[in-house]
Amino acid sequence: MSEQEFLEYVQSGGQVETDDWMPDDYRAKLIKFIEMHGNSELMGVLPEREWILRAPTLQRKLALTAKVQDEVGHAQLIYRVVEDLGKPREHCLDDLISGKSKFHNVFHYPTKTWGDVGVIAWLVDAAAIISQKALLKCSYAPYARIMKKICWEESFHILHGRDVILTMMNGADEQRELVQEALDRWWGPLMQFHGNPIASADDPMFQWRIKSQGNEEARQQFLDGYVPQIWELGLTVPDPKLSKNEEGIWEYTEPDWAELKHVVTGHGPQTAERLELRKTTRAETEWVRRTVLAEAA
Amino acid sequence: MIVYEVFRQERKGQAFAHAGSVGAPDSSFAEAYAREQYGRRGESVALWVVPRDAVLEIDEFVDELQKNYHRVDGYPLKEKLKEARERAGTAAPSDR
Amino acid sequence: MSERAQLLLPIADDELVLGWRNSEWTGIAPFLEEDVAFSSIAQNEIGHARALYQLVADELGTTADELAFDRAPEEYRCSQFAQLRLVPDWARTIARHYLYETADAKRIEALKASDDPEIAGLAAKIEREEAYHRMHAEMWFERLKDEPRFVDALEELRPLVDVRGELAADFAELWEEMTMVRRSVVGATW
Repeated sequence: MSEQEFLEYVQSGGQVETDDWMPDDYRAKLIKFIEMHGNSELMGVLPEREWILRAPTLQRKLALTAKVQDEVGHAQLIYRVVEDLGKPREHCLDDLISGKSKFHNVFHYPTKTWGDVGVIAWLVDAAAIISQKALLKCSYAPYARIMKKICWEESFHILHGRDVILTMMNGADEQRELVQEALDRWWGPLMQFHGNPIASADDPMFQWRIKSQGNEEARQQFLDGYVPQIWELGLTVPDPKLSKNEEGIWEYTEPDWAELKHVVTGHGPQTAERLELRKTTRAETEWVRRTVLAEAA
Repeated sequence: MIVYEVFRQERKGQAFAHAGSVGAPDSSFAEAYAREQYGRRGESVALWVVPRDAVLEIDEFVDELQKNYHRVDGYPLKEKLKEARERAGTAAPSDR
Repeated sequence: MSERAQLLLPIADDELVLGWRNSEWTGIAPFLEEDVAFSSIAQNEIGHARALYQLVADELGTTADELAFDRAPEEYRCSQFAQLRLVPDWARTIARHYLYETADAKRIEALKASDDPEIAGLAAKIEREEAYHRMHAEMWFERLKDEPRFVDALEELRPLVDVRGELAADFAELWEEMTMVRRSVVGATW
């Protein structure tokens, strides 16, 4: 198969399996994309796990531990796909820790209160699930297949998030304030999450059918689904321009794309600290992998 | 690390379908890991856990000489049935 | 304190605190597959604590959450052994896991023989889950038994298994963190 034939094949809905021939560029872009997803799951664990220890009821403790466990499980599913494409997970971890590979913007920010726990599970996971549902149609079949399990499990996370938020919104004034304050802080990163709009014709990820949804389309879907949910609770969004126009398109203040770039290139408020935590825990458990998995150091 | 393929059965009576893979030092670890990754939500009634090396893959099939006797299109019944009904005087309206 | 509370609170407190400590590994365990498996064990322990607290709560007219969170630090009855903060030391974590599961099995066996059908019934359920914890601990024991740091860890921790009576010096710190959100808005529903 030539590269042109491959392109036509995936563009007409053709699926690719692990041992199929694929252009080098396809393989490289695929690995980079999937690896970033795995990195994001692995790093997303860190802000949330702090709150496992502080969960205010046994039920919340269990639900939050299970949610974080799911994220770790997703990282496992995703890195296995990357490994089968030829990049061992230890190399992925090397590149993550050194800053060579990236992870999503939202996981570079601090969590400050239990309000963050609710907002992350409800809205950050919602933003992620929109992208993840689009990936169910990825031309690379092993990745599309794990997305099924991932999407199914993420639906529990959103329910958990919603439950935490609704309980607080029905509670004391201080609890309602926690939610609003957290939302105010997370809105900017949420709006940046899906990335700046790129024309499909210019996006190789789209051409190769690795992604099948544009960034702006994803953002519009997020706003359509979740702004009404936010507003119906009496919460406000810190963007005076946010509104749906006559054509059904959401208008909003242009997100800070410079901030997004700055953050994902390793300069977020918590980036260094979290990568350092990954580095030290990895070093402290190196002997376990060496002993039990016979992994080279 | 050995890669183990995991097949899961969602409900009794259904086929075991490939669900994914786990990395483990040996089969007892693989069992524990498969159990958690593919069963902690009660989403499976049974799992098969198999070292990847034990799975034989076949992905090439030869059909050079049109073995249509193995396929539905090898049995053109419509015309023959029409003729047989006419002969028996039982032709259905749709046969015309 | 009622007989039921006296019998069950130390066990519930152990399971709560051990589950809390084991859940500290979620997200940072030695490798991903193990991270998922070990987190389930931690969750099960919290679940056992909750069920045990519930039995006591039913009798005392309170709730499991109030027993788990709202007592003063000095009212907890967990062993120092369960309280030990062992992250990021996997050798000591598994050593404690192994020793604890062995000791706990005997304790659960005794509860199964209780005259109180509720206690006996719950103990049977707990034991069915604990069977997997023991399998997990034994699996790791087989792999690490020749590893010097694991051997040292077992030796160091074994004498602590049956020690009861005093809380660890840093228990108050654990309690502070465990209850900080709950105490931030008193009486709130979370």
